[in-house]
Order: sequence, then C-alpha cells, then structure tokens
Amino acid sequence: MEKTFGNEEKNLNVQELIAKNKSTVSFGNYVEKLIPKALLLIATISILTTLGIIITLLTETIEFFKDVPFVEFFTGTVLKPLGQNAQFGVLPLLAGTFISSGIAMIVAIPIGLMTAIYLSEYASDKVRRFLKPMLEILAGIPTIVYGFFALTFVTPLLRSFIPALEPTNILSPGIVMGIMIIPMVASLSEDAMSSVPNSMREGALALGATKLEVTWRVVVPAAISGIVASFVLGISRAIGETMIVTIASGSTKNFGFDVTQSMQTMTAYIVEVTGGDAPAGSTLYYSLYAVAMTLFVFTLIMNLIARYISRKFREEY
Amino acid sequence: MKYIDSAQVEKKMGSRLLKNMFAKNIFLLATLIGLVVLVVLIYRVFADSIGWIDFNFLTNKLSTDPEKAGIMGAITGTLWLMLVVAPVTLFLGVGTAIYLEEYAKKGKLQSFIQTNISNLAGVPSIVFGLLGLTVFVRGISLGAIVLAGGLTMSLLVLPVVVVAAQEAIRAVPQYLREASYGMGATKWQTIKNVVLPAALPGILTGVILALSRAIGETAPLTVIGIPALLIPLPDGIFDKFTVMPLQIYYWTIDAALVAEYANLAAATIVILLLVLFLMNSIAIFIRNKFQQRF
Repeated sequence: MEKTFGNEEKNLNVQELIAKNKSTVSFGNYVEKLIPKALLLIATISILTTLGIIITLLTETIEFFKDVPFVEFFTGTVLKPLGQNAQFGVLPLLAGTFISSGIAMIVAIPIGLMTAIYLSEYASDKVRRFLKPMLEILAGIPTIVYGFFALTFVTPLLRSFIPALEPTNILSPGIVMGIMIIPMVASLSEDAMSSVPNSMREGALALGATKLEVTWRVVVPAAISGIVASFVLGISRAIGETMIVTIASGSTKNFGFDVTQSMQTMTAYIVEVTGGDAPAGSTLYYSLYAVAMTLFVFTLIMNLIARYISRKFREEY
Repeated sequence: MKYIDSAQVEKKMGSRLLKNMFAKNIFLLATLIGLVVLVVLIYRVFADSIGWIDFNFLTNKLSTDPEKAGIMGAITGTLWLMLVVAPVTLFLGVGTAIYLEEYAKKGKLQSFIQTNISNLAGVPSIVFGLLGLTVFVRGISLGAIVLAGGLTMSLLVLPVVVVAAQEAIRAVPQYLREASYGMGATKWQTIKNVVLPAALPGILTGVILALSRAIGETAPLTVIGIPALLIPLPDGIFDKFTVMPLQIYYWTIDAALVAEYANLAAATIVILLLVLFLMNSIAIFIRNKFQQRF
C-alpha cells in the first residue's frame, strides 16, 4: 500500500527511505564509535600530566641523590647551593616552609572558622548576600598582589610595633598568607556547617540552648570532618604558596626559628634557582627537582589526608 | 503555685545570653577582618598608583626609566597567552568532562581519572612551572615562548574547567536526553545538539574563571625563565613574552633599587585587578543571563 504525504504527490516507501539513508548512517556510526575513543584520549591528558610531573621530578631527583646522599639532604642544616663546598641540606627550607605555613594557619584557622560560624549560624540572608561575594573577591586576588601588599604595607606596619623585624622576614608573608587562606577555610567550613540539618539545631534550641551553645555543641561537632578537612587543605595551600614568600621573605637560607628574620621556603628556593639560570646537569639544577619533589609529596599527603578525613568521618544525615 | 520560677530562669539564662551576644560580636568582628584587609589592600594599591596610570603607561614599552616605562608588552603578552590557554583548556576540559559524564562507565577508570583531577587541582602551581620548564621549554626545545607558557598554564587550570564543565553537564536534566533519543538521535548527536548547548553557560563561566586564574598566576612563569626586561612586543605565539603579574613581581623586587618601581608595580596591579574584575563580571553576567533552570 502506498501513501502520499502532504502536497508533494510523491510516492515514498519506507524501505527505500532507509536504503537511501544507509550511506549517511554508516558515516554516523563511524563517528559514533570514534567519539568515545577520542574523548577518552583527551581525558587521559590529565593522567599524563600527573605522570609527567612524577616522572620529571623523579628522574632528576634520582640524579640529585647520586651527587648528594639522601640522609645528608634530609638532615643537613646548611643550604649553600653556590660556590665551593656547596652543601644541600633541605632543613632550612623545611623550617621556612613550616614556619610560614604555621603563622598562616594561626591567622586563618580562628578567623576562617569564626567567619564560617557567623555566616552559617548568625548572619541574616541579607548580610550573607553581601559578605560572601566580598570573601570571593578576597579569594580571587592574585597572590602576587598579596606579595606586594606584604612587602610594602604589612612589613612596614609590623616594624612600627616590632623594631627588630628585618625588612624581609617570615612573619609578614606568613600573616598575609593566612589572610589569603581565610576565604578558603571559611567557605569550606561554612559548606560543612550548612549541611547540618536544621532539625538538629531546632532540637537543641527547644531544649533551651542559646545560639552559641547550639553552634559549639551541635553544629561544629556535626560538621567537624568538613571543618578539619578545610584546615588541612589550607595548610596544603600555604605550603605550596610561592609569590608572597618569594617577595616578602627574602632568600636567607639560615636554619632557625626566629620569625623576625628572613627565611626561604621550598617554593621561594625554586623561584630563586630557576631565576639564576642554573646550568642543566649541575647539582644545583638537580637540587631544584629534589626540593620540588619534597614539596609535591608534602602537598599530596595533605590533600590525601583532607580527602580521607572528609570521607571517613563524615556524618550522614 | 508557680511551675516556672522566672527569677531562677533569669539568673541562669542571663550569663548564657550574655555569652551568646559576646560571641556573636566576636564572630562578626572576625568576619570583618577579611573585609577590612580587602579595603586596605585596594586602597593602598590605588593610592600608590595615583599619577602613574595614564595613556602612555598603557601604550609604552618597558623601560628602565620609570617615567617612560609602560606595560604594552605585558598586556599583549597576556593576550597572546590567553589565545593559547582559552582554546586548549576549552578543548581538553570539555572533552574530559563529556567523557567522564556521558561515556565513562562508573568504575575504576572513571574514578581514577576523577581522583587524578582533584589531586592535580591540589598540586602547587610552581610544580607545574617545573613541568613546563622540563617538558615544553627544554624537552621539546620551545624556549620561553608564549606557546610553552600557555601550555603550562593550560595544564594548571585544566581541573577548574573540567569540574565546572562536569557540573554544567550534570545539571542538564535526563529528560532532555531521553527526548532526544526518542526522536531517534544517536548519543553523540544528543550530546552535540542537546547537552552541550544547555550546558554552555556553565562551561563558559568555568572557562572565564579559569582564564582569570591564569591571568593572575605568576609562579609557573617565573620558573620557565621569562626575562625581567623584555622590550620587544610579542607578535605571535612563538615569541618570547612577559605578562602583567611577572612585571609586578620584577618591579616589586627591584623597588629596593629604584623606589618608583613600587609605583609602577601598584599601577600594574590596578590594571590587573580591573581586568580580573571585568572578567568575573562577565562570568557572573553569563551565569545569570543565560543559565537555564530546569
């Protein structure tokens, strides 16, 4: 039986139509099979990047440990990469890194947590709608700008209180780094606290608790995994931060704990050495990768810990 | 007989309520610290830059003379860099996101790629710089040109784009896909004609945010070896280049030698912040204007 369609007085046969479309369909099938493979290829770029980082760091680090013994690198308190009798102890850099990160977290943890509590528990919608974008702006400012701020404003300001403070010191970049991390700690902690169901708050309020008691005894304990994870991610961010410490902390490689002195972090060392055109193949050049490897491992461990905490101790409601 | 002794309640509650009020104000104060720093920072930078930003500052080339120095080179360098980063991250980021959301079976490979991406997001940017130095600058001997810097930056911001694109694709409701299949469309046709157009605003927002991250990023570029005083302007992606953050960096550390360099750095920061503000406004505009709610 034949049918006619609309005004076109044309006889159409379904089987003919299918046959006619076969040619384009086969091309379509080809594309349909090719696309997932091409996309998989693109997706593997991210894996290749990780592999690239690990292989690059590892091969050059191995070269480095042929020149400098492993134990000497991790226990050496003297870092003197240039000149004769060069010594490659990483402890001064580790001290600089952990002291600056420590100062940053002393600033970022309490302020970040209190900000999160205020935004999540106390602030009205109107206030929150104003404050959150402000924090996002603070988070979006490039680190180089914070570095400039640390060197040209915070250090002179601190020097008026602490005259012994050197023009480049670890205290000022530490504080500024903490301020940079506040938005991160605040927004991650706030996310964790916001996901605590209201029924729990209402239960505590009904028993006569004040808002502070509700926050401190109900909301914070319930959200603790997310809060702690935000602290750990903050530490990881501080360890990997480069420009603030490079600009404001100078390049003294002393092993010490005096925060008024100039100290170098692992990241600042990498910037200094690459800026000085280290000849490829020299121990100095390889030391770059050994330090970067140490940095990479530390931040990776921090990130894994953060993920573990937020997965393992998450309370489901 | 009274069941509630209000005097007793008052006595017990008074100090607790006081504590609550006190804590509330402390929390508010802590929140304001971030705000105050933001205001001081922006005020300081603007104050230092007053009198230094003019037409010549934007159009002049670099110079050791602070009166003549301009950031035309840094601006063109930034533009060329973006011309590399934008298409590369868009292609790689959206491709990866489509694979993970639409094609990958839930399983080991998919969760491996996903974990890998979130780990990459946590790698310090300076490590990406070393990767770029070893692979692009020295490995395939590109040198410190726009292409090498752009590829390094692309890998750095890739996780941002992937995550944003994934969220955008995930937000496209299943019934749109089913309607498309029902009309006889194939999987790729559905993705190309239905999913991607619906997810486009979210993807674009993510790409712009990634680009604004790349524009402000300094550390990876200090590592790949960009000279402090590069006077010729870059003409393409195979030329040596400098960018605004690097210029700020060099001027800031050289301010110990020539005090006016600090003003030049501040002036460049103002331009950089304005560019970032503009880009973020565009991202917010796209998100509000074109994002469909399903």
